[in-house]
Amino acid sequence: MSILINEETRVLVQGITGKEGAFHTNQMLLYGTKIVAGVTPGKGGSKAEGIPVFNTVSKAVEETGANASIIFVPPSVAADAILEAADENIKVIVCISEGIPTFDMIYVMKYIEGKDIRLIGPNCPGIISPDKCKLGIMPGHIHKKGNIGIISRSGTLTYEVVYQLTERGIGQSTCIGIGGDPIIGSNFVDCLKLFKEDSETLAICLIGEIGGTTEEDAAKYIKEDFPKPVIGYIAGMTAPPGRRMGHAGAIIAGGRGTAKEKVNALKASGVFISESPALVGKLVEDVIKKRI
Amino acid sequence: MKIHEYQAKKLLNKWGIPTPQGHVIEDISDVHGVMNNIDKFPVVVKAQIHAGGRGKGGGVRLAKDRNEALEITKDIFGMKLVTPQTGPEGRRVKKVLIEEGFDIKKELYLGITIDRAMLSPVIIASEAGGVEIEELADKYPEKILREIIDPAIGIRAFHARRLTFNLNIEKELIKETVSLIINLYHLFEESDCSLAEINPLVITKENKILALDAKIDFDDNALYRHQEIRDLRDLNEEKPLEIEASKYGLNYIKLDGKVGCMVNGAGLAMATMDLIKLAGTEPANFLDVGGGASAEMVEQAFQILLSDKNVEAVLINIFGGILRCDLLAEGVVKAISKIDVNVPVVVRLEGTNVEKGRDILNHSSLNFIVAKTMQDAANKVAAVIK
Repeated sequence: MSILINEETRVLVQGITGKEGAFHTNQMLLYGTKIVAGVTPGKGGSKAEGIPVFNTVSKAVEETGANASIIFVPPSVAADAILEAADENIKVIVCISEGIPTFDMIYVMKYIEGKDIRLIGPNCPGIISPDKCKLGIMPGHIHKKGNIGIISRSGTLTYEVVYQLTERGIGQSTCIGIGGDPIIGSNFVDCLKLFKEDSETLAICLIGEIGGTTEEDAAKYIKEDFPKPVIGYIAGMTAPPGRRMGHAGAIIAGGRGTAKEKVNALKASGVFISESPALVGKLVEDVIKKRI
Repeated sequence: MKIHEYQAKKLLNKWGIPTPQGHVIEDISDVHGVMNNIDKFPVVVKAQIHAGGRGKGGGVRLAKDRNEALEITKDIFGMKLVTPQTGPEGRRVKKVLIEEGFDIKKELYLGITIDRAMLSPVIIASEAGGVEIEELADKYPEKILREIIDPAIGIRAFHARRLTFNLNIEKELIKETVSLIINLYHLFEESDCSLAEINPLVITKENKILALDAKIDFDDNALYRHQEIRDLRDLNEEKPLEIEASKYGLNYIKLDGKVGCMVNGAGLAMATMDLIKLAGTEPANFLDVGGGASAEMVEQAFQILLSDKNVEAVLINIFGGILRCDLLAEGVVKAISKIDVNVPVVVRLEGTNVEKGRDILNHSSLNFIVAKTMQDAANKVAAVIK
């Protein structure tokens, strides 16, 4: 099955005529993603990468029936782009843009609260269901169709883990990069709930990092209500306190949000933890050999 | 972004929140002039650095008269202040704040930050002020009051009233406290703060309510819309290599180990640091060249890495997704051929155009140690250090 996206997903690209938007539209098309429309205000009526461009999301949805969107616009206008997609009831919205002000995201989250909308990101690599649909910027060729669901706050670290899995012949059902910002559309628990219902996903690989408490929340949920095996890795064991480690959300503040706390919480919930980022793939292999 | 206490207090004043009268000394030759303008003693002399715990390191001292104030100011100005937050290397004090002293009846805590799990701002207050909020949360969690602010309605008088009454503020100060809390919230939102903290918020013997200390941090992502806040940046408080890196859009944080590392992506950069530690040595820095790094950026990054004199070996770990491996290899080769590199360089490349990238490295006349996997890279770098 895979979650969120599949071969039926009809994709809209917001910011399709920008440098990043155009490049990744092309990459997604090459992967086989069904891109049906692009939006760039003022460029409606033209084509970009062979895809029709519209001035507004509303027009794009009306004309093409797009039901998922991926956003590549500058951070100062990204919250507006998310809201525009949400206002058209697009069910899956992926925001790649990095650098959105926290307050902008707080308003976005207030607006989509309670609506049947799944926002992934911002500041994330997106989602991929291997061989079905790529709604993101990850290198498609390292993925392999299979039964491991991946949820991660990182970009390239996720690619690293995917690569380790694929090298071992272990495929993925869906990989979700939830993003490195303090306020994100979907957290670990949101994604775990979706994976729980997916018969194709047999185990989860959860890649966290310092800052916030979303890993602790995940630990609590896993203990209470998540029956599939979970393998985890937390980045930032050596990160100094009080410094923002690249991601806006990756900061140990007031002694909270350390890798150690997160590892302990996950271990206490029965999550298999890899201490080394180089051995995550191997641990997944060991666990599924025993359990599945 | 962080600012100094005296800057934070000016901002509070702008939003109608009272603070003690103060004078800032940026040049020690001004000290006599400033002292002669002060007619009320005692005063408090406070080192201005971007780190907490200043009192513990002797950076905040009380002076009972003009002479003592002069002496203490001269002591603190230019001192290397070591606090629990500065690390053992400490921080040179280049600004000193001199403030009127008060007899204090009550110390409170008031702070606003973002509650990431609630996706909302939260106001935190406590009757037990003056100690760090983390310590307070550990020792007396029941004494901490919290008001989550729904951004749809913003702050309302009832939020502030609820806090004020629960803080047991005496009757004649209630109105003032309520408006102080509301004003602090407006400051927090309008300036895109990530933290606005008054600790302690005091009530003096004369029944005045004042922000005795203040700490305000800003959301870096929102600085583009606040020129007036960007102007408050003090480059003296940042490490020169970090300033240099930020000019090129590189994310660099200096640490104390021997292995300089260059990685694309923040998560992978942290993971690489962790792996270096697991392999038995320590990372010299965090350096994320980002997903869209150009050959020039890679070159700059390499220069910055090598400017750190503690670096005894370099580990480059790139997973090429958006950043292609051949581009990276070109940048590295270019950088190394320009500068004199006399430490071993271990390179691990994977991802888009990896074969081309490895080719470029192998065909350069330079001496790289090429690693196949992350683990291999960490082992090789640890081996050359030992």
